[in-house]
Amino acid sequence: MKYVDEFRDPIKAKALFNEIHALKDKIKRVDNKPLQLMEFCGGHTHTIFRYGIEQMLPDWIELVHGPGCPVCVLPMGRVDDCVTLAERPDVIFTTFGDAMRVPGSKKSLLQAKADGADIRMVYSPLDALELARKNLDRQVIFFALGFETTMPSTALTVLQAESEGIENFSLFCNHITTVPTIKAILDSPDMQIDGFLAPGHVSMVVGEKPFEFVAETYDKPIVVTGFEPLDILQSIWMVLKQLAENRCEVENQYARIVAATGNPPGLDAISKVFELREFFEWRGLGSIDHSGVKMREHFSGFDAERKFSVPNIKIADPKSCQCGEVLKGVIRPWECKVFGSSCTPEIPMGALMVSTEGACAAYYNFGNLPELLAKRKQKKLNNDTEESAA
Amino acid sequence: MCLGIPGQIIEITDKDNLIAKVDVSGVKRPVNIACIVNDEHPVENCINDWVLVHVGFAMSRIDEEEAKKTLTLLNELGEIQEEIAAMNASQVILEN
Repeated sequence: MKYVDEFRDPIKAKALFNEIHALKDKIKRVDNKPLQLMEFCGGHTHTIFRYGIEQMLPDWIELVHGPGCPVCVLPMGRVDDCVTLAERPDVIFTTFGDAMRVPGSKKSLLQAKADGADIRMVYSPLDALELARKNLDRQVIFFALGFETTMPSTALTVLQAESEGIENFSLFCNHITTVPTIKAILDSPDMQIDGFLAPGHVSMVVGEKPFEFVAETYDKPIVVTGFEPLDILQSIWMVLKQLAENRCEVENQYARIVAATGNPPGLDAISKVFELREFFEWRGLGSIDHSGVKMREHFSGFDAERKFSVPNIKIADPKSCQCGEVLKGVIRPWECKVFGSSCTPEIPMGALMVSTEGACAAYYNFGNLPELLAKRKQKKLNNDTEESAA
Repeated sequence: MCLGIPGQIIEITDKDNLIAKVDVSGVKRPVNIACIVNDEHPVENCINDWVLVHVGFAMSRIDEEEAKKTLTLLNELGEIQEEIAAMNASQVILEN
């Protein structure tokens, strides 16, 4: 337990680890396989790696790092759309900094900027709106991405633009939704998740109710989880406790921030501005029904997709890149063929290497790289031996 | 993006549009407070509130102890520096 002293309350952390260990024989496991618990949110993934939580857990528990990093699941085709919009001479294209380095099929936004496109990193959609106020002769487009956590911010910004009659501001809307994605994961035949840690700040917006189907329809425990290492440990324990007691419920470990009903003003803004798309294309996961939102007809004047022509071409991920299998938990990040060699945080090939919240970047930055690469080599040797034996 | 950052509301700058000035680790910037205002907690009562700020929007009221804990966490994750840098860079863009 090399990191346990870093926990804000090491005594509580040790007690939780003991409680977790004690549950081993109380939980039924198929063929004695490890239990797979998925943390959906990239913020959780980051905490788990920073504090070495995964290494501290007993070997009968495996954490699967879910697709909850919006930058990581952005398909190349959408990055290409951004570049197309940004290269229009009349456009100032604004984006969160995270999206700048995501590879497109030809270039990233960072490369497009170097090539002369007017692309500006902003901290907030409000700053993009301010740019629109100050540049009335230009079209200011904000690249709206993120799960429900960031939806109220872009929705409220559009409502503000409408009330001020700012006509040169629009969103390129690529928001994605959590619930249909968790459903797709549960429906996927190659995934066997035993329980979930639900994203804390998505829940802060949407509340607990949208997650009830996980427990009710799919009989899996799910716990709304905060971002402190102790929060995560406690939630893992809560999921295991449900499994041990044969219960399936939505429990809220993060009640200090998450109200059962979510954030009503935020939800109200979201439903005013956005409606569900029929489907949305994810990097690695493919198309998932209703997993994205678009702007309602009423706001078409603020919708970059309607105002400008957007190519919207589907581009396949590079063949050697195995982001999809990593996202689904089929392989571990270090098992990917290009991990740490042709795909690194400096020159990412796959999106999971781009963001600090991506599982691959987390393994790269916080894992023991030589050890992981040696493990991959050994695994390949074993597979080759198995294959030639067969 | 999903962690947010704690800040303290120091002034209501635009009551009609629910914009406040918030101090985030020493950086003062406009923040929309629509998501933390309701009948029981009107705009006037928001001064000195600690809030969790996500991309320029106060999304939740928090107590001071929670704010301090979260700032420590963000510091250890290296995210506080990123957020502050993003805020400062954004302000430079706006001033130009």
